[in-house]
Amino acid sequence: MADSIYDVRGRIFDIQRYSIHDGPGIRSIVFLKGCFLRCRWCCNPESQAYEIEKVTVDGKPKIYGEDTTVGAVMDEVMKDAAYYRRSGGGLTLSGGECLGQPEFSTALLAAGHEFGITTAIESTAFAPFEVIEGLLPHLDYYLMDIKHVDSEKHKEFTGRPNELILENAKKLAARLGNRLIIRVPVVPTFNATESEILAIARFADALPGVERIHLLPYHRLGMDKYARLGRPYAMAGIVPSPAGLVEGFCEAVRRETSLECILGG
Amino acid sequence: MEKIKEYSVPVTERVVRLREALYAQMPRIEGARATLVTESYRETEALPIITRRALAFRHIMEKLPIAIHEDELIVGSATLRPRSSQIFPEFSVNWIEGEFETLATRPADPFEIDEPTKEAIRRANAYFRGKTTSELAASYMAPETLTAIEHNIFTAGNYFYNGVGHVTVHYDWVLKDGFLGIRHRAEEALSALSVSDGDYCKRSEFLRAVIISCDAVITYAGRYAALAEEKAKAERDATRRAELTKIAEVCRRVPANGARSFYEACQAVWFVQLVLQIESSGHSISPGRYDQYMYPYYEADLRAGKITSEAAQELIDCFWVKLNDMNKCRDAASAIGFAGYGMFQNLIVGGQDAEGRDATNALSFMCLEASMHVPLPQPSLSVRVWNGTPDAFMMKAAELMRTGIGLPAYYNDEVIIPALMSRGATLPEARGYNIIGCVEPQVPGKTDGWHDAAFFNMCRPLELVFSNGMDAGVQVGIRTGELRDLDTYEKFFDAYCRQQEYLIGLMVNADNAIDVAHAERCPLPFLSSMVEDCIGKGKSVQEGGAIYNFTGPQGFGIANIADGLYAIRRLVYEEKLVTLTEFAEALRENYGKPLPAEYVYPAVLARAEELRRAGKRVGEAEIAAMVKEGMNGTSDKMKAARYQKLLDRIAELPKFGNDDDEIDALAREAAYTYTRPLEKFKNPRGGSYQAGLYPVSANVPLGGQTGATPDGRLAHTPVADGVSPGAGRDSHGPTAAANSVAKLDHTIASNGTLYNMKFHPSALAGRAGLQNFVSLIRTYFENKGMHVQFNVVSRETLLDAQKNPEKYKTLVVRVAGYSALFTTLSRSLQDDIINRTEQAGAK
Repeated sequence: MADSIYDVRGRIFDIQRYSIHDGPGIRSIVFLKGCFLRCRWCCNPESQAYEIEKVTVDGKPKIYGEDTTVGAVMDEVMKDAAYYRRSGGGLTLSGGECLGQPEFSTALLAAGHEFGITTAIESTAFAPFEVIEGLLPHLDYYLMDIKHVDSEKHKEFTGRPNELILENAKKLAARLGNRLIIRVPVVPTFNATESEILAIARFADALPGVERIHLLPYHRLGMDKYARLGRPYAMAGIVPSPAGLVEGFCEAVRRETSLECILGG
Repeated sequence: MEKIKEYSVPVTERVVRLREALYAQMPRIEGARATLVTESYRETEALPIITRRALAFRHIMEKLPIAIHEDELIVGSATLRPRSSQIFPEFSVNWIEGEFETLATRPADPFEIDEPTKEAIRRANAYFRGKTTSELAASYMAPETLTAIEHNIFTAGNYFYNGVGHVTVHYDWVLKDGFLGIRHRAEEALSALSVSDGDYCKRSEFLRAVIISCDAVITYAGRYAALAEEKAKAERDATRRAELTKIAEVCRRVPANGARSFYEACQAVWFVQLVLQIESSGHSISPGRYDQYMYPYYEADLRAGKITSEAAQELIDCFWVKLNDMNKCRDAASAIGFAGYGMFQNLIVGGQDAEGRDATNALSFMCLEASMHVPLPQPSLSVRVWNGTPDAFMMKAAELMRTGIGLPAYYNDEVIIPALMSRGATLPEARGYNIIGCVEPQVPGKTDGWHDAAFFNMCRPLELVFSNGMDAGVQVGIRTGELRDLDTYEKFFDAYCRQQEYLIGLMVNADNAIDVAHAERCPLPFLSSMVEDCIGKGKSVQEGGAIYNFTGPQGFGIANIADGLYAIRRLVYEEKLVTLTEFAEALRENYGKPLPAEYVYPAVLARAEELRRAGKRVGEAEIAAMVKEGMNGTSDKMKAARYQKLLDRIAELPKFGNDDDEIDALAREAAYTYTRPLEKFKNPRGGSYQAGLYPVSANVPLGGQTGATPDGRLAHTPVADGVSPGAGRDSHGPTAAANSVAKLDHTIASNGTLYNMKFHPSALAGRAGLQNFVSLIRTYFENKGMHVQFNVVSRETLLDAQKNPEKYKTLVVRVAGYSALFTTLSRSLQDDIINRTEQAGAK
């Protein structure tokens, strides 16, 4: 155990400032490396393996992954302190899956609160609830992915079944109420039908306290990264949904549930 | 004071029609003013210049053709055809005749011109040749200054060839007392003079010129009244007949007398705005704090039940349309620098009153609404922001921004007020500041700021360090030493500072020469009648009649200098990857890369000249080899590889704009190399120099005249605009970029700084998007940024507009301190805007 939370070490692959789609206000996202799922459409394939990866981009070497400390991450994150103060923004952990590095994630969120900024995580909640529970005292917003209610299909497209995820969603709702926000990547061939989206929305609507759901249209911006990593892109040939389709799902959600539905982040 | 939370009214059909009518025809040149000014000058050769100016002004006011267009409520045009331009031969003559044949087809700001107009201009020019401000100014410049101008170190073209403009007059005086009131003041001052005073002759002549000018503008308004009456008689439509009758009544009343209603106030302000531009050819004549000086008239009418907010909105919209009716034809080179028919009539809303209370009012909101109703480049709408600016107002401004029009620009009271006080303004005066032209703050009604005095390309002195002051074989700069002797970074930096300071001195010489020429040949009595304290001092603005006098030339290229100095420090002095001499060779050979096609021949000619002067023989074979190398880049593979390695290494270095303290500190120092030396110089009006850091759009053409720079920028490509990071180099998002920019010392650049940001529309989506956008602006200002402006247009839209200009006739974009119609910009400036880093917010 490190003496101070600022000395806790962890592995990240990026920090993005001025994130305005992942939690309230202006935020910085810290991307942690390593994920439990292998979603076929994942736009950050470099986030999946915990191992540090060396690739070549335009003939130049590039390294995905960096071991660092909470202190070093917070130095970067707090460069935008004034923006967080004005906008109610702060720190968001994403990934990968921050639950894969619980000690590091807990320390980062605790550091965020020490600095007086809001904290959020973007997570699949695919972990024993005890692991998640450790983060909650320092967490303001949980942006949780629910990708499908059908476990078979979930497993087929993400590599994991969804029982644990749905179970955790219920427990989290009981603890966080409206600070739990459900996010759904809308992916053609996987869940991009009104009935599948509505099934997720109804599940979310039944969670006590949960008020918001975000539908995130599938995009192909991560495609080139697969090539660099020397991996096949399982979604090759799948085109993003036509404009208006996801907007239509949003309307259906608004009609069929009491949730506030937002297109995009 | 009444505050509006949510304000929105629909645009009227009249305003839509007026807007469309403006763009129905191509702008043209009209010759009437050139003819009239020549007629008058011929008659008055024996008289003092100030009197000649007043009489010429009167002749123009009496004879300039006038028109009242369909649907207009606010009347008065400088030309018969909308958006057209008069010519001002008293300032310069030489450029236009040479450009007659290309005016209609040139890439930037074309104008039609017909044969009779050409003939009228030829006749006017024949008279004025040898008598212009431009020629007198050139004769006053030192030979080394002319050499520096010839070698594109700086350009003083703005006032060298045109009127000065760049002023905000006391609109409130005209609203309150009219020109009869101002005339009365001049008469009183005249009667207070003693004929035995040492300066009686000049003072009395000036005051009489003011009186002539006041009468002249009243005559001009009277002509509109008469025309409106005449039109009313012929009008069959009862509604329009009533409107015309009303116009006649208003023009009889103002601007002779004080305004009694909001309508009269609108018309009076437009007459002032219009006639100032007819008198002087200056641009950036800025209406200033319109929401403040107009508010009492609006409020009184509203209270008395004489007006509704809808009717007032329509009048404001009509004023907006008129601001777009004003145009100006510049020479081809200047047209590129001010591309987009820029008139820079800056109108600012919000901010504080003299006592430091928030001054945002209903009109502030209505002005934002007007730019939604009339989404055109004029006015250059600005918003003052301070800690007490209401959020509702910031949100309304952000909504306007989201339309993609590039308006409003934002200004930070918390930096500008202290900056103006550091230049001598009192606290109440500084709190009343407005913006001139692009970004230049000043005390309205009391200042002759000479704000756009010159563009100084900070990259050129750096080039001259590499060549020991030589450019194309001519000693343009000073000798700062052989490269091998600059064996420490400190020596190199010192050489840059000395080179820069010397060239700044030459620029000052150029500006002062032009300044004197304006005072001697083109003093402006009408303008001076509304600027404090010309009547009291008995002299024109051009002779130092204003209370505050400045000269503000602009430096630009800070990002290139900061990134370049950093590269030199690291690669030459720390890592010793290359020697300074090798670096110089790489720059001279453009890192082995091809030159843009249009620059190959000029570059080869300059190089040949340099070799010849060095005593070398340059034959056809050498020329052919140089052309080939210019077209294709170096043919030496070893060299190409070496240069590529250097470029790659430069690319890896930190760059200004990413919130990196080390390089940001270097940028701050780089800006000081321009802003500090300038402060010690004085101008002929008894004022001092103050620096601005913005390029208008000159970073594109002047970048075109700049060789490769050590930051990896290739030859003849644009230089960084304003205080913005190099295009595409700010890769850590808008907060990091804004933090870097805020680390510069903006207060010392009291003539204004300009920071361009570009956002993808998705970043402003929804209410949350707007709120975050507002937070970004407020935080940049909290960090002591001075100005920021935005383009909110997607890259795809702009690319499509380049391909299909006909579909985007009214696409307005932010250029630099002003907005312009995208399709009217030259291709290279369009590319520059497209290449600015686009911030979408992290995905």
